[in-house]
Amino acid sequence: MVLAKVVGTVVSSHKSQKIEGIKFLLLEKIDPVTMNGKGDFVVSMDSVGAGVGEIVFYVSGSSARYTSATEGRPSDSAIIAIVDYIEKDGVYTYEKNR
Amino acid sequence: MIFGKVVGTVVASSRNDGLEGPRYLLVERTSQCGEKKGEFVVALDIIGAGYDELVLVTEGSPSRETPLTVNKPVDALIVGIVDQVDENDRVIYRK
Repeated sequence: MVLAKVVGTVVSSHKSQKIEGIKFLLLEKIDPVTMNGKGDFVVSMDSVGAGVGEIVFYVSGSSARYTSATEGRPSDSAIIAIVDYIEKDGVYTYEKNR
Repeated sequence: MIFGKVVGTVVASSRNDGLEGPRYLLVERTSQCGEKKGEFVVALDIIGAGYDELVLVTEGSPSRETPLTVNKPVDALIVGIVDQVDENDRVIYRK
């Protein structure tokens, strides 16, 4: 799974019928040490109700269809978790609400 | 599979991964001799890998080929803890 920050939303009214009723979020991959964005973006289907500014991780490829929200949809990227803490070498590099 | 070192943990309480109390580890990609590359992946750990251990990580849909991860949204799974690597008849990594 890949760590990313929710930096925006993507709205698409003219879309495949199978993509109705699910939210697309704009994610920027992050470096978990510095927490800086890596300038590498992806659009991911939100299955956990993530908000802009939150740190998440997402799955890619066929595994992205194995959540209740993305099952049976043409999805190759799904957010599966909102991150509370990232610990590296015994130090928190990220703490939510901090 | 790729080589990676366990360098930390990632905690997430609100999840939609269908897993019971999963252990997500922060793994830094390494070379075959354990040299860190500065790229990270969040990998599910089901075998109890410890901090600073060199591990093998399976990526993509094969991650779902275990009893615990079948039909689960997983695309990075720790599948082994490395004891030794040799290359051209020379041991280049030992635990």
